[in-house]
Amino acid sequence: MRKAALAKVHALAARDANVVYIGSDPGAGTLDAMRREFPDRFFIEGISEAHILGMAAGLAMEGFVPYVNTIATFLTRRCYEQVAIDVALHHLPVRLIANGGGVVYAPLGPTHCAIEDIALMRAVPNMTVVCPADAGEMERFMDTTLDWPGPIYIRLAKGGDPKVTRPEHGFAIGRAVPLREGDDVLLVATGIATGRAVEAADRLAGQGVAVGVLHMPTVKPLDAPALCAWASRVGLIVTVEEHVRNGGLGSAVLEALSDAGELSGPVLRLALPDAFLHNYGSQDGLMARAGLTADGLVAQIEAALVRRSAPKGSGKR
Amino acid sequence: MRLADEAEAQTLDARSRDLRRMVTDTMIKAGRGHLGPALSLIEILRVLYDSILAYRPQEPKWPDRDRFILSKGHGCLALYALLADKGFFPRVALDGFCSENSFLGGHPEALIPGVEASTGALGHGLAIGVGMALGGRLRKRRGRVFVLLGDGELDEGAVWESALAAAKHRLDELVALIDYNKLQSYGPVDQVLALEPLAEKWRAFGFAVTEVNGHDVAQLESVLSALPLAKGRPSAIICHTVKGKGVPMAENNPDWHHKNKLTADELAAVARALGDGP
Repeated sequence: MRKAALAKVHALAARDANVVYIGSDPGAGTLDAMRREFPDRFFIEGISEAHILGMAAGLAMEGFVPYVNTIATFLTRRCYEQVAIDVALHHLPVRLIANGGGVVYAPLGPTHCAIEDIALMRAVPNMTVVCPADAGEMERFMDTTLDWPGPIYIRLAKGGDPKVTRPEHGFAIGRAVPLREGDDVLLVATGIATGRAVEAADRLAGQGVAVGVLHMPTVKPLDAPALCAWASRVGLIVTVEEHVRNGGLGSAVLEALSDAGELSGPVLRLALPDAFLHNYGSQDGLMARAGLTADGLVAQIEAALVRRSAPKGSGKR
Repeated sequence: MRLADEAEAQTLDARSRDLRRMVTDTMIKAGRGHLGPALSLIEILRVLYDSILAYRPQEPKWPDRDRFILSKGHGCLALYALLADKGFFPRVALDGFCSENSFLGGHPEALIPGVEASTGALGHGLAIGVGMALGGRLRKRRGRVFVLLGDGELDEGAVWESALAAAKHRLDELVALIDYNKLQSYGPVDQVLALEPLAEKWRAFGFAVTEVNGHDVAQLESVLSALPLAKGRPSAIICHTVKGKGVPMAENNPDWHHKNKLTADELAAVARALGDGP
């Protein structure tokens, strides 16, 4: 997904002379092809995120479309004020390509795990937040970034993630993508969590539970109409994300449902705990600990369905 | 005589007093404003807008203009006075300063004609200036980029990240002006977080550096009309100034950093120093 995103930056730079790339201190050889072809529009600025965001804003004020790229935690936590003021307050077309959203950097610990990046970015006015599910969707999405008027936070996954979207899904910022039909349960997911949601839906379908999957690549602005139209038909709504429970997709879904008067019962928010993660290992391992595997999702959804079907008052006394 | 002492001793001509009166009138009508930080800036801004910057008040986004960013956004009373004086917007707009429906707030916003960037949070302007200068270079545009920073603002680490970058890119079209009034909100800069040796710091970061009396119009004109200070290097001009300059009661007085209301004595002191207004 990262390669797909960066290769697209190069392709967009070939298409439009306003596209520039700004990296902080990425891996050796990053976007070498673009550096060779467009050396004037390829910047490596060092480990100075606060400066880089301001510089990107300055370039955007001059009509350029800067694609800024570094590790997700540094692009959000480190330079939050620059993101909010230099970029978002001025409503500038700066693209923030965030490597390693979620727990991709599991072995590197809590300084590198972007577990609350969606919440931080979603809170900033004028910001758009996009978390593609796979490399194909990333490519289709990147084609739409050239003309989008304001800033976009782009959450990258690890790479090699299962393909769950198809070319015919196309891409439009702010549009949800239905991947499975079903009216017993609706799973709303974003990023690579969508792949796990689809797997869980297919397993539950085998057990006779009709599970719909609505992929939300754009967490902000959320496709509230698509969400609310489906939500009104289902018995249980579940959100799935590689992010802390507060402030991310689950919160956005709750807010949209509540605002539309469609919040008829609890929404099951399956996410990372509200805690810094002190385990290492792998992304898969940390997600498994949080119950964010297909098995884990199935088990939690089954339990929720049992709770819902239990007659009122039959709970613990 | 040291430049700081020169700045203390500098007497002000009629234009400098008029501009200050615009600032104090605006502040008095609004009942609030960063007065001290605006009064130290007047001559720097006056020389820029009278003699140095290329701009068109009726076409604020004219592509070939020089860019000016007031990175110490809390000095905006002085900027608003100059922009009104030059016709970017009507003078009467100053009367609305900080009121609910005015476009002139306590920190400048980019939607004001003549204001390039919204500032107020400190340490942002130089980075934006670096981006503008790089953008201008890519566009093969002639305009220069001036960024005015406060001395307290230099506490922000991001300023120095941008200084490294400006030197790396050899941005000799970029000029950092430092309003060195030696007083920040809490008290003296050298007690809050010392900056000296300041000129050596900028030099070490790759800038060509000079120091001036920031209230001496002729000195400012002479330095600013011979830029860049060195080919291939960004310029830093350390302007020795006096916070509150022109109103003796306010000079070097941290109580005048931000004022909500002036007492009768203070109003009288302003009137004595600057006259009662036009």
